Amino acid sequence: MTEQRIYIQGMVLNEETRCSLADLCALCGVNAEIIHEMIEEGIISPEGVTTREWAFTSIAIKRVQTAIRLQRDLRVNLPGCALALDLLDELEELRRLSRCR
Amino acid sequence: MEYKDYYKILGVDRNATQDQIKQAYRKVARKFHPDISKESNAEAKFKDAGEAYEVLKDPEKRAAYDKFGANWREGQPFEPPPNWDAGFEFRGAGYTGGDAGGFSDFFESLFGHGQTERQYSHIFRMKGEDQHAKIVISLEDAFWGARQAITLTRPVVDASGHVATRPHTLHVVIPKGIIEGQRIRLEGQGLPGYGGSPPGDLYLEIAFQEDRLFHAEKRDIHLTLPITPWEAALGASLTVPTLGGNVQLKIPPGSQGGKKLRLKGKGLCSASHSGDQIVTLQVIVPEVRTEEQRCLYRAMAEQMSFNPRSGLEK
Repeated sequence: MTEQRIYIQGMVLNEETRCSLADLCALCGVNAEIIHEMIEEGIISPEGVTTREWAFTSIAIKRVQTAIRLQRDLRVNLPGCALALDLLDELEELRRLSRCR
Repeated sequence: MEYKDYYKILGVDRNATQDQIKQAYRKVARKFHPDISKESNAEAKFKDAGEAYEVLKDPEKRAAYDKFGANWREGQPFEPPPNWDAGFEFRGAGYTGGDAGGFSDFFESLFGHGQTERQYSHIFRMKGEDQHAKIVISLEDAFWGARQAITLTRPVVDASGHVATRPHTLHVVIPKGIIEGQRIRLEGQGLPGYGGSPPGDLYLEIAFQEDRLFHAEKRDIHLTLPITPWEAALGASLTVPTLGGNVQLKIPPGSQGGKKLRLKGKGLCSASHSGDQIVTLQVIVPEVRTEEQRCLYRAMAEQMSFNPRSGLEK
């Protein structure tokens, strides 16, 4: 008897990924108000002018999810999250450069 | 079941004050937060610290835990004595923080599991938590696409309502042209929801295995190609490995070491984005092994008027 294996095909969050405000809220389990606050804090910035046109990249999805975890787990406030995320990006870049050497 | 030394996990003395415990926990939590730390076992350490703090921050739980004495060592086989918790009141009190679902068997057998908190409300509905994991794949798998089995540990509720962590294996399609840092979202493959709500999602973040030949930068694949001085000077057509197999590469005459040549489309390509292979030339000077070879170098020295250091003169 051969074993039938089902392989799950996920959704790749890549350069093309764009999601609406509603999608972003659903993906991150937060309400739109929190997303607005994060935009105001400069944690993410949407493409598009009106709220209806807003489109968020896969990087934005990740930043929002990380910010929520930092707030929940370490009680970091929103400006602190913005700072931590920028420093984490910088750290990642430095790690990448030191690996290339 | 293994004994857990909650004091050691937080790095505090057994007679530490509640303030010291709070400070120690915050420090450890910051250090091992999975979004911050790159240590491979950061998540486990972060969870351990949360569990330790759950017990030590609560004077009742701490006093009960302290009753086992100071002679136990981390990881030692352990069974709690019968009625060990007589006189303490914390069972069913619910948790003030953290997710008890992920705590150890040791914690559960002493302080119960999160059930009490979740059972009293039938209207309590919540989507399951998202789960995040990193998977390490080879550059070949990223280039061609692959199918991979991954095993995660996750809390499972058994028939009697007990929560235990079990390994859970998933078979996942790795799409062609995925790159480091990108994530695959598997909808509904996260932790189960409460009160009939849907489960959370699973996010797999891609990391690349170290490769002997290639290294990836976003979609581009870098390779260092050693060549001889005469190949560099005269030009050559050389066989070069790429992730998709060998290709011919033309080295233009008069190439210097460090020159970069681009093989279009030979990097990590997805349906709509393509990457290149960047070949960096490295000129290797052959060692002199015979007298004839020495003469060749001498002849070059005499016949070629060449000063590579002209740029250093003031």
